Amino acid sequence: MHISGWPMTEFLFFIEVVVAGLLAGTMYSLVALGFVLIYKASSTFNFAQGAMVFFAVLSFVGFMELGLPFVLAFFVTILLMALLGFATERLVLKPLMNQSEDTLLMATIGLGFVLEGLAQAVWGVEVRRLDLGIGDFPIQWIIDSTGLFISALDLTAGLVAAVLIIGLALIFKYTKMGLGLRAVADDPGAASSIGIPLGNIMLLVWTAAGIVALVAGMMWGARAGVQFALVDLALKALPVLIIGGFSSIPGAIVGGLIIGASEKVLEVYVGPYFGGAIEGWAPFVIAIFFLLWRPEGLFGEKIIRRV
Amino acid sequence: MKWKRFKGGLAATATAVAVLATLGPDAAMAEETQYFPIASSRVGPYSAMGTGYYGAQIDYMNYVNMNGGVNGVMLEWQECETEYNAVKTVECYQRLMEKDGQRILVFDTLGTPGAYAVINRMADDNVVLAQYGYGRTDAADGRVWPWVFNAASHYWSQIAVKMKFMAEQEGGIENMRGKKIVHLHIDSAYGREPLPAMRSIAEDWGVELVEISIPPPGLEQQSQWLQIRKERPDWVTFWGAGSGMNSTAMTNAARVGFPRDRMIYVTFGAAEEDMFPAGDAATGTYAMANALPGDQFPLVQAIKEQVYGGSKGNLAEESRIGTVYWNRGLGAAVTYIEALRIAQEMHDKVGQAVTGAEFRDGYESLVMDDARLKELGIEGMIAPFSISCENHEGAGKFAMMQWDGEKFEQVTDWEAPLDPTYIRQLVENSAAKFASENGITPRECS
Repeated sequence: MHISGWPMTEFLFFIEVVVAGLLAGTMYSLVALGFVLIYKASSTFNFAQGAMVFFAVLSFVGFMELGLPFVLAFFVTILLMALLGFATERLVLKPLMNQSEDTLLMATIGLGFVLEGLAQAVWGVEVRRLDLGIGDFPIQWIIDSTGLFISALDLTAGLVAAVLIIGLALIFKYTKMGLGLRAVADDPGAASSIGIPLGNIMLLVWTAAGIVALVAGMMWGARAGVQFALVDLALKALPVLIIGGFSSIPGAIVGGLIIGASEKVLEVYVGPYFGGAIEGWAPFVIAIFFLLWRPEGLFGEKIIRRV
Repeated sequence: MKWKRFKGGLAATATAVAVLATLGPDAAMAEETQYFPIASSRVGPYSAMGTGYYGAQIDYMNYVNMNGGVNGVMLEWQECETEYNAVKTVECYQRLMEKDGQRILVFDTLGTPGAYAVINRMADDNVVLAQYGYGRTDAADGRVWPWVFNAASHYWSQIAVKMKFMAEQEGGIENMRGKKIVHLHIDSAYGREPLPAMRSIAEDWGVELVEISIPPPGLEQQSQWLQIRKERPDWVTFWGAGSGMNSTAMTNAARVGFPRDRMIYVTFGAAEEDMFPAGDAATGTYAMANALPGDQFPLVQAIKEQVYGGSKGNLAEESRIGTVYWNRGLGAAVTYIEALRIAQEMHDKVGQAVTGAEFRDGYESLVMDDARLKELGIEGMIAPFSISCENHEGAGKFAMMQWDGEKFEQVTDWEAPLDPTYIRQLVENSAAKFASENGITPRECS
């Protein structure tokens, strides 16, 4: 009654729900990408990725509060994330080299707590606003031509996710670093024996994951404010990874789109029968079905073990 | 030998006097203390409200101590982090229960889920559950819930005041017939708490009520707002928690083109920390206050001067003094200390620590009228109220504010529901039902 452009047809509404889900999915993909990078290099699910998102974007905003211009703050934060990657490699990964994947998993849980505490201790717990200069208001010409309410931030997030995914996929496929990384992921011992520097590869991967965390944090922070709740985004990435495959960069985007669209459709059309708010758990139910059907995910590598 | 012993004794006495003198007069007299628990939520998604609210409580207790305590009784406290989590709240309740042999008098969870988690232990433990504007609503019936208080307002009064405001904006209750209200809420006991009163009023007024819930932490609300877009409501009552969920609702409202001056935020989303992150999308949003923001109140000024001037302030950022959450925490703390003062006087224990039962009596005898609020230095910051054996709510009043992009502007005076007796009847009915289901015999209030 108070919104222009109404009423809408049922079909158009369905399309709107799907499109909104797909756009939300790209935001999930941004978070999931960071997990994939670490998993590709060390076969470890990095539980600290959510905390890295929070740490990166809070530091970025903190640097701007200290008077650094936007671009400089961005690059200083990238340096900080590289430093964090270096410290993680030296203090956490190196001492745990040749330990089981479970040990590394536990270490990332601990790292997550450290980052959460460190970020809040250094920058404080206050909620910050992040203005990227990209409006989160519906774009009029899209409303006029399609009837859909899509904001510039939605489109930017989709574009950023696409650029990151294509860029990272190309790096992994066609560069020496990508080749080295894949070698390390396949067999760290063999990779090391032929002269691939494990430490450098890990440093690069953690830095790349840090940059992805910063970008994801900036997109989410622009919409919801820079605050602790960003840590919980890691939970949204989990079903995305299960569907797309833990080691696949394109899988992160496809998984994100599937989760985004299906959770929105389920929430709107099925949610009312369950009292609503089912999108908190519905993605995990979908992920369980995927696990039963295709445990390695849509794009993940099939693991065959000799038993 | 005697002289030697005398000299030794004299020296020891002189040393003790000197040490005590350096410690100050408080330490020289074996001072009485009263212990308060702080079940804080300083980290996590709800940290903005926790740091402000509990920071103010600690600031006020410091202020009281710096001014001689409560009739000489110095205040002590201990913190435990709940992260606004009901399970951790129970753990903190247990951990904070005793300190140096002294039990707690009052427990303030700053959260409805936490309050529900401990509410049934209050009577057995002789601890007052002070739900300062939140919590289980039918606890306002003191006959059924002698140990639980909603001072000075509860959620059913709040939703009734919101609906009264809508009716006024629409030109009267008669114009509400056929209107549609979406109640957009966090999927928790807190989010659903106002629904019994809201459903009842909506039915009476001929209003269509649509309930839509958000799973926490609520950083993604597209499906909820698409449903709202489809429903085309006239008003949205937003009942969220945590600045992430609260600010996201406004940015999502902007994305679907829903006007912010048709949204009314609950008290726990009605703070500066909830508005700032949403930027321009927040402008125009209405928000309810049970404690108004501002640092012009004499008590706030005195705390700034003495506590922060003396480098004893609890907030890392002094600029947050006078914000909504901080002032609300101050209002709560003033209420507890006033109850303690009354309890001392009622039980001839002036200058002594009181027990939980004595504190409960003091709390139930609170009279925070304009004159007393003025003496305390917070006149106008909270609505005047008094508590009785039957009525554990008090004022039941709220002020409406509107965010202008930078700060809140007060748009109404302290407002009660259109029909407070109707809300009270709902409370009594609910409490009576609870009492009969649980074999509780309501006490007599003469």
